[in-house]
Amino acid sequence: MTIERPNSYRSGPDGKGHFGIFGGRYVAETLMPLILEVERAYDAAKADPAYQAELDDYLKHYVGRPSPLYFASRLTEHLGGAKIYFKRDELNHTGAHKINNCMGQILLARRMGKKRIIAETGAGQHGVATATVCALFGLDCVVYMGATDIERQAPNVFRMKLLGAEVRPVTSGTATLKDAMNEALRDWVANVDDTYYLIGTVAGPHPYPAMVRDFQKVIGEEVREQMLAAEGRLPDTLVACIGGGSNAIGLFHDFLDEDSIDIIGVEAAGHGIETGEHAASLTGGRPGVLHGNRTFLLQDGDGQILDAHSISAGLDYPGIGPEHSWLHESGRVNYVSVTDAEALEAFQLCSRLEGIIPALEPAHALCHVARIAPELPGDHLLVMNMCGRGDKDVFTVAEALGVQL
Amino acid sequence: MSAQTSAPTSGRIEARFAALAEEGRAAFIPFIMAADPTVESTLDILKGLPAAGADIIELGVIFSDPMADGPAIQAAGLRAKAGGATVRQTLEIVRQFRTDDDATPIILMGYYNPIYIYGVDAFLADARQAGVDGLIVVDLPPEEDSELCLPALAAGMHFVRLATPTTDDKRLPAVLEHTSGFLYYVSIAGITGTASATQDAIGAAVARLKNHTDLPVAVGFGIKTPEQAAAVAQVADAAVVGSAIVQLIADNLDDNGQPAADLVDTVLDFARALAAGVHGARQQAAE
Repeated sequence: MTIERPNSYRSGPDGKGHFGIFGGRYVAETLMPLILEVERAYDAAKADPAYQAELDDYLKHYVGRPSPLYFASRLTEHLGGAKIYFKRDELNHTGAHKINNCMGQILLARRMGKKRIIAETGAGQHGVATATVCALFGLDCVVYMGATDIERQAPNVFRMKLLGAEVRPVTSGTATLKDAMNEALRDWVANVDDTYYLIGTVAGPHPYPAMVRDFQKVIGEEVREQMLAAEGRLPDTLVACIGGGSNAIGLFHDFLDEDSIDIIGVEAAGHGIETGEHAASLTGGRPGVLHGNRTFLLQDGDGQILDAHSISAGLDYPGIGPEHSWLHESGRVNYVSVTDAEALEAFQLCSRLEGIIPALEPAHALCHVARIAPELPGDHLLVMNMCGRGDKDVFTVAEALGVQL
Repeated sequence: MSAQTSAPTSGRIEARFAALAEEGRAAFIPFIMAADPTVESTLDILKGLPAAGADIIELGVIFSDPMADGPAIQAAGLRAKAGGATVRQTLEIVRQFRTDDDATPIILMGYYNPIYIYGVDAFLADARQAGVDGLIVVDLPPEEDSELCLPALAAGMHFVRLATPTTDDKRLPAVLEHTSGFLYYVSIAGITGTASATQDAIGAAVARLKNHTDLPVAVGFGIKTPEQAAAVAQVADAAVVGSAIVQLIADNLDDNGQPAADLVDTVLDFARALAAGVHGARQQAAE
């Protein structure tokens, strides 16, 4: 299904938070006034040069932006086709792109006078980034994390605790990211006065999908400048992995209106789409309403949400940001999928060839790069978002490879 | 200020509140989850509730991700899901109930996605035909009225809106604009089955709501005992009890999660005690 091409792919959402039919604000009445307050506060902050200046200052001196755009020459040579560049967002403080968003939201929460921050986390990267900015500003921090994820991401759990956060295990449902998000919403409903919910991806009720995108789009804006400096022109293809989709929209957004650029999002196919055990909401799901927005969801015929599966905890979510659903339906972005096993291969390839141990999330993107690069000409410029480093995943990978640590 | 439906409603909710007003007493509204743990036990409890003093019944529609519910109702949903509960089956339960009872209003309570996937128009037609009188859909605020609220009203289905402690005077008119049947006041900022508000706080909140609407105001969340239900009934038009009943169901299952022999009687006894609290409340207050 292709919808009529809009004048711009970068003008969404509308005033009510809709990207086409996706997005919106599907939350309990208790939360509506809070969400409207976040929207008002964010609109005011956006219009305040002092807010942007403060954010820019922290991004430069604390986060370490801009992150480099690196020409992966050995991988390029190995694959024998397109010139492959990595956007090195894994070099940010805390090791992933998540901190870009956390920095923006924590400054907003401070403007709103909130004293207590809650967050959900899957792989733990967003939890670590949230705990980090809370430590930086002396705010109370509670992170909800599925019990399953706590087990497979032990290093990040300990990091959050070192940073002074309380990590609350979630045992309901499948004890992964979606359940952590349910629990965070329940906490917020019960602590409306002093608490700010720092959502980690481009999902949730409006204004979160748009706001988180705004904080991540710096990735693509930097790539534009850096690629012009390196090659004198814009890239030809962009590739990023997608769970909720924040690193991907961060890379894509600035380029959405450049028709000549191929944009590819890579979902997690888990054990394979055909097995039903995957996390590819666009490839294997249908539109529904969950966690405050309408988007593509993995669900059964009765509207019950299904459990996602991915070796990567950060992609293990049955939904996807509403803007991606819209970009999928409009046909502007091409969404593909990569299995656990394929991602593991790419993980090892990158480690050996480039001396970069990628997180399992961007290893999915890397796998697709390895699929398409050999077919592309040598002057084709391909940018992949290396959105996280793999230190957190070494235990998972060792187990998958049958190595005893 | 209450919304006008375009198709005629079933009239059961209006008739019930009119009769209660005549008698000068508040309504007792129990909540149970459909098919928790079986269709049969749900039907047995449903059929016994009116005689036990239920004036209106809320029937929960399962959803895998009940964001506004506490542990008791989450667990009820999981039990129902384990038994294979579906939306279609929930409507069938209502249809069965209606073969014996054409007076007690039934409100379905749940979340939007299962209805959205069923198809809004098909759902409204099937629910109406099964004998459902109204809907409470937790994750549809007035901002999303065009999804289900307006189609429901057009189909003669009451759409009971939730007001909460965070709904301020500025926002209240928007919340009330399309609510129909009655208004449900969520007495705490929180999830079901956790904290309880004081009678004073509830009384003040209901008084504020009554300044803005002529609709009956029901109060729920955190009402667990006959005493609490009585206290609420003194200041509101109805008291809703959910988690405490659902927990009682959980406590009366055998090791296989099937209904223990006295499950239905135990639940109905508790309902009777709650109803007595609600129905005696104003008499007691007057004495």
